[in-house]
Amino acid sequence: MRWLLLKDLQILRRSPLQAVLLVAYPVLIAVLVGLAVSRGPEKPRVALLNEVPTNARVSLSGKKLPSANVQRRICAKVECVHVGSRDEAMAKVESGDVLAALILPEDLVNKINSLSTLSPGTPKVEVLVNESDPLKASMVDDKIEALLAQANLTLAKRIAVEGGRYLNLVIRGGNLPVLGGGVHILGLQASAHILEAIEPALPNGPLKVALSQVTEFAKQAGENLDIAGPLINRLAQPITVEKVAVGGSSPPLETFAIAVAATLTLAFVAVLLVAGSLALEREENAFPRLTRGLVSSEALLGEKVLLGIVVGLVVTILMLAGLTIFVPLEWSRVGLWLAAIVVGGASLAAAGSALGAAAREVRAVSLLAFMVTLPVAFLSLVPAGTVGRGLYDVIKVITALFPFKPALEAMTSALEAGNGGIGAPLLHLAILAVAYALIARLALRRFTRV
Amino acid sequence: MVKRFGDREALRGVSFEAQAGELVAVIGPNGAGKTTLLSILAGIQGADGGEVETGDGAVGWVPQQAALYRRLTVEENLMLFARLEKHEDPGRSVAEMLELTGLGDRRGEIVARLSGGNQQRINIAIGLLSRPGVLLLDEPSVGLDPRQRARLWDFVAGLAGRGTTVIFSTHDIQEAERYGNRMLVLADGEALFDGSADELREAVRTEAPEAADRDFETAFVAYLHHRGH
Repeated sequence: MRWLLLKDLQILRRSPLQAVLLVAYPVLIAVLVGLAVSRGPEKPRVALLNEVPTNARVSLSGKKLPSANVQRRICAKVECVHVGSRDEAMAKVESGDVLAALILPEDLVNKINSLSTLSPGTPKVEVLVNESDPLKASMVDDKIEALLAQANLTLAKRIAVEGGRYLNLVIRGGNLPVLGGGVHILGLQASAHILEAIEPALPNGPLKVALSQVTEFAKQAGENLDIAGPLINRLAQPITVEKVAVGGSSPPLETFAIAVAATLTLAFVAVLLVAGSLALEREENAFPRLTRGLVSSEALLGEKVLLGIVVGLVVTILMLAGLTIFVPLEWSRVGLWLAAIVVGGASLAAAGSALGAAAREVRAVSLLAFMVTLPVAFLSLVPAGTVGRGLYDVIKVITALFPFKPALEAMTSALEAGNGGIGAPLLHLAILAVAYALIARLALRRFTRV
Repeated sequence: MVKRFGDREALRGVSFEAQAGELVAVIGPNGAGKTTLLSILAGIQGADGGEVETGDGAVGWVPQQAALYRRLTVEENLMLFARLEKHEDPGRSVAEMLELTGLGDRRGEIVARLSGGNQQRINIAIGLLSRPGVLLLDEPSVGLDPRQRARLWDFVAGLAGRGTTVIFSTHDIQEAERYGNRMLVLADGEALFDGSADELREAVRTEAPEAADRDFETAFVAYLHHRGH
């Protein structure tokens, strides 16, 4: 078996394109995944034309609210490119220099302030978008909507706080600062107390009855308006979210991304290499010569699976080592990595041998291996709940029949503690390895036809 | 020997014997059963009836299309099969084969870059690594130019001269006549004739006298026609 393995490695060495792909592919995957998990998403560039006067403030009942720093908040979410005019903003959008332009008009604050008057205006901001690219347009819509929602929320919170303060003043009384001075507000509760004190001194008659009604109103208003305060505060953000994790332990996104990259690499290397190598034995007419007493079909299959494990192991470990440049990995768990890679590699290689034995021609095998591995890998990443229940059940069955998903589960468990046990996925992989090896052995019968 | 593929009988009771150092040509039109016969003799596939008896030494088999790894060198190919044959000294066996094939100076060359004739010589050399008493060659000269063909047959004749029984299939009657000591004529799985080239000419004269004066190939086709093939 070792001589056949040596031969396959020699052939691999003599196929520069294949060898380069086998090395370059995982390196590329490692770099891409590394960059993706170690850096946040790039901020989109947005042109910002802020025509609002710097001293303009949103005011409530004549009182100016503190600055909400909307511009600073916007520029924290996107990369702001400050422009001096609408034409400049438009030119930048048209040229593709920026994703969109946001124009805050001069009268924005006045329009906001008019909301609390008898003739409210409609505050508007202008967004310039180049809609030649539907994907880009959709991204801008989402981003701008999120920004405006956040700006509205910030503003609403400020108004709610000020509104609550005024309400408190009306209920409990206090000083209302006006034009550098102050006006004392008696408040409903104090008014009720004064009226209650005056009431016994009045003679019985219509005046006393009327005063009693006013006293009762002041008492009830003082007590009941108390509950309006919390209501106003909740108005700014009526719904809060309380997240409760029910069952399952999801791995950190970084670990999962690394596990996906490693498993994808292992799958492509093991499946493609083994399937191609087995089909090559037939294309080179070597299979009948080899199995004419030199090696058994079972030994040949074993050698191919070993080839998949060895090359898959080297390439996947190289890839994981490459990823450590970007994210720290727990090298103390390397024993579990090896177990996941070896058993996963064996199962994927066995699947590759079944494909190679079934398709028989190298080109057909390569195509078939891609056509099987890529969709199965994609389906394995579909989370529950994102598709209909019936469809998800079908996906579960399909992904359980191919070693990618259990290999991904084993790799995720191996990379970090707390991501579920590794035993079940390893057992699943072992069962699939035996099943695919049997299928490959049966399919090899067709190889012997001269 | 009997072999069936479903309802079709590929070999219908073919029987023959070959002596040490003999060159037996198995000839016949396409689909006659030549490759099936050789593959059964080689043990690639089993027969439905009959058995194969061999004397001392293994049976070497050289398939019609070169069974080589084209991305390996000449030496690497020979070394691989010598190791798989469990030779005590694979290096020496390889050196012997390189000398026998005359490809010693091209030992490090990738097989894919060799001519069809040289690839066929390596193909045969691998068949010889098992040190066979009987060598089976399935249409060994297909695709070779006349010069390569001549060199190949010189090589094969040399093997027979050293005592190896060579059984080769061909559909080229002139090649069979020139290089074979004996001819086994197959048609539709049936053995029509077993004898020397002169005996075959005599049989043609007897059974197809109208074609007896024509060239051997035309006379042979007329003979097959007279025998219902």
